Amino acid sequence: MTDLRVCHLYPEHLNIYADRGNIAVLRSRCEWRGIDFAAVGCGPGDPLPEADLYYVGGGQDRDQLLIEDDLVGRAGGLRAAIADGAWMLAVCGGYQMLGHYYRGHQGDEIRGTGLVDLVTEAGPTRMIGNISIDCELRPGEPMTVVGFENHAGRTRLGEGVRPLGRVLHGHGNNGRDGGEGVHTGRIVGTYIHGPLLPKNPALADHLIGAALERRHGTVALEPLDDRLEGMAHDVAIAIAAS
Amino acid sequence: MTAFTAKVAAARAAAGLSRRTRAGGGTTLPGKLLLRMAPDAIERMTARLADGSVVISATNGKTTTAKMLAALLEPERRLCRNTAGANLESGVASALLHCDGADLGVFEVDEAALPGVAARLRPRATVLGNLFRDQLDRYGELEAIAARWHRMTAALPAGSQLVRNGDDPLVASLENQGETLTFGIDDEGAALAEMPHASDSKWCPACGTRLRYERVYLGHMGDWSCPGCGRRRPRLDVWADTLDPLGLDGTRFVLRTPAGDADVELPMPGLYNVYNALAAAAAACAVGGVDVARMARGLERFDAAFGRFERLRVGDRDAVLLLAKNPAGANELIRTLATDSRPKQLLVALNDRIADGRDISWIWDVDFELLAGHTQGVVTAGTRAAEMAMRLKYGGVGGERLEVAGSIDVGLDRALEGGEGPVYLLATYTAMLELRAVLERRGVVRPYWEAA
Repeated sequence: MTDLRVCHLYPEHLNIYADRGNIAVLRSRCEWRGIDFAAVGCGPGDPLPEADLYYVGGGQDRDQLLIEDDLVGRAGGLRAAIADGAWMLAVCGGYQMLGHYYRGHQGDEIRGTGLVDLVTEAGPTRMIGNISIDCELRPGEPMTVVGFENHAGRTRLGEGVRPLGRVLHGHGNNGRDGGEGVHTGRIVGTYIHGPLLPKNPALADHLIGAALERRHGTVALEPLDDRLEGMAHDVAIAIAAS
Repeated sequence: MTAFTAKVAAARAAAGLSRRTRAGGGTTLPGKLLLRMAPDAIERMTARLADGSVVISATNGKTTTAKMLAALLEPERRLCRNTAGANLESGVASALLHCDGADLGVFEVDEAALPGVAARLRPRATVLGNLFRDQLDRYGELEAIAARWHRMTAALPAGSQLVRNGDDPLVASLENQGETLTFGIDDEGAALAEMPHASDSKWCPACGTRLRYERVYLGHMGDWSCPGCGRRRPRLDVWADTLDPLGLDGTRFVLRTPAGDADVELPMPGLYNVYNALAAAAAACAVGGVDVARMARGLERFDAAFGRFERLRVGDRDAVLLLAKNPAGANELIRTLATDSRPKQLLVALNDRIADGRDISWIWDVDFELLAGHTQGVVTAGTRAAEMAMRLKYGGVGGERLEVAGSIDVGLDRALEGGEGPVYLLATYTAMLELRAVLERRGVVRPYWEAA
C-alpha cells in the first residue's frame, strides 16, 4: 500500500500561521486518493522520526528561541534524512531557520540549521500583505503560488542558491531582489503562509509526489475535484494584484 | 463661549451631519475633528465626569463586557459610553462630546490603543479581559501588546484599580500599585479534556517554561501554574462556580464576590460570556455601590451586544447573528453551536478587510470539524467566500450542500431558503457590518449606532 509519512517539527511551538492547515491538506489529498497518510509531531528532546517529508512552520520570536538549541542540534539528522531522499518544507520562521542565522534589531542572533546557505536580518519595518509568485519546481511545469507574508526579516540567499520563485506582487525575501523563498535539492522554504498549501493544490501535489518517490518511486496522482481550491487560488491572486 | 466650547460645538455639529447624511454613525469622525482642533480634549472633557471612568480592554469580549457593565450600573448611574466598536481615541472623544449630565465613563478601548487612551483618561479602574491572537498583520505580535500593558499597569497611580482575568496567564501577571481585583472560573465540570491547539499562551510569561494547567476552560485560560518559577494563578476575588450550560440559551452559574454570592442565569451561551459577565461583575465591585442581587438581575436581563448570539426574526425564519473575529472567538462559537446536536442551516461570511485582518490563515485554526455531520446546508459569502468553502470542505463540513454565494445579500437569501429551523449567520467584523446593513434595509435591525 502506498503511504506518505510526514514529520511535523515543533507543532507546539511553531504554528503561528495555522500551519496545521498545511498538514490537513496533505492528509486529505493523500487519503482522497487512497494513499495512507501518517503525520507525527516532533518536539524538543524527541528522537527524529523517519519520514518522507519534514515540515516546519513559524512562531513568535520567543517560541523560536525556545526551540533554537534543539533544532540546531538536529541539523545533522535532517541533512542525512534529506540525503536519503526525504523532502523538507519550511514556512516563515522555519524558513529563516534553514539558514545560518537570524539577526534581530539589537544584533541578537537566533542560530539556524545551516541546511541552506542563506542569512536573515531584521529590517526596520514588517513586510506584510498578500503575495503571489511565479515558480517552476520541475522544469517545464510553471505554477503561480499565492498567499500571505508577514515578516520583519530580510533574507539573502548565498551565491548560486535559487529562490523558490519570482515575486509578482508582494515583497518576497527582502523586497529588493525579486526573489521569494528558496528551492535547493529537496528543500523548499518560503515566507508564504495563508496557509501555503490549501489554495496552492498544484504545489501540494508536487510535494506529495516528490516525497512519495523515496519509498515508492514515481506515483501517478489521480486528479481531484479542485474547483473550490481553484476559485480560492484565483481570488487570492486577484486580491494580491489589487 | 470659550475657544474650547466652540470647538466642542463644531465637532458636535459634524456628528449630526454625519448621521443625517447616512455617512455612518458619527461615532469616530467628530472625535477626530475635535482632537485635531484641541489635542487635549479628552483630558479636558474627562474632568467633567464626577466619578471618573472605567476602561475595558481585551482582544475578545470588550464590547459585550462594556455593555454588561452598563447593565449593572444603569439607570442608577448616568454613564458616558462609546458604542459600536468605536474604540480608538477618536471614538472615546466622540463619546465624551455627548455626555452632558453623565457622572461616570465606561469605555471599551482597543487593546493596542489602550495605553495611549488610558494615559489621557486616567481611569479609576482598568478592566483587562484576555489576550488572544488577533489580527497579527495589523499590530505585530501578542507579546508586544502584553509588554505595553505591563508598562501601563505598572504606571497606574496608586488610587487606580486594576481588574484582571486571573485565568489568562498574560493578563494575570499584570500588576499595579493600587487595589487589584482578580476574576476567573473555578469549576471542575467546565474544564476541557485537553488544551485546544489554537491556544496562544502556553509558556510562562516570566520564564518561558511550559505552563501546567490544573484545568483549562477556554483557549489558554484556566487554573495555571509554572513549574519553572512557581508563579501561579492569583487568588480569585470574583469567580463563577457550579456552572450549568443551558445549550444555546445560556449558562447558569453561581457568582461569588466579596459582597456576597448569587445565582445567575446568563441569557448568552458559551464560557466566554461567563468570563465577560465576571469581568463586568468585578468591575462593578471596583466601582462600588452595586449589591450582588442587583448584579445578578442586570446580567439576567442582559440583551446581547451587536452580533453576539443576537436573535432576530427575518421574514418567517429565526436567525442568530454570530460575530467571529479571531480563532479563539470563532472556536468558542463553534464549540457552543456543537453543544446543540440538531443539524443547522449556516451562512459563513468571511471578509479580509483591514478591520477583519487581511490575513485569513486563522480560519485553519478554528475547529470547524466539530460541525461535520451537523449541518443541513452551508452557504459561504464575503471577499474570501471560496476560501471559506474550501476550509469547510477540508473539515468535512457541508458535503454536497456547500455553496459559494457571490455576495452577502445573495448568501443571506440562499441560507434563508434552505433547510429548516433557525439560520445561524456567522460573520467576520466587516462582513457583520454588511450583513447588518442588508438586514437594516429589510427592516429587521436598527442601525448599529443606535443599537449598542
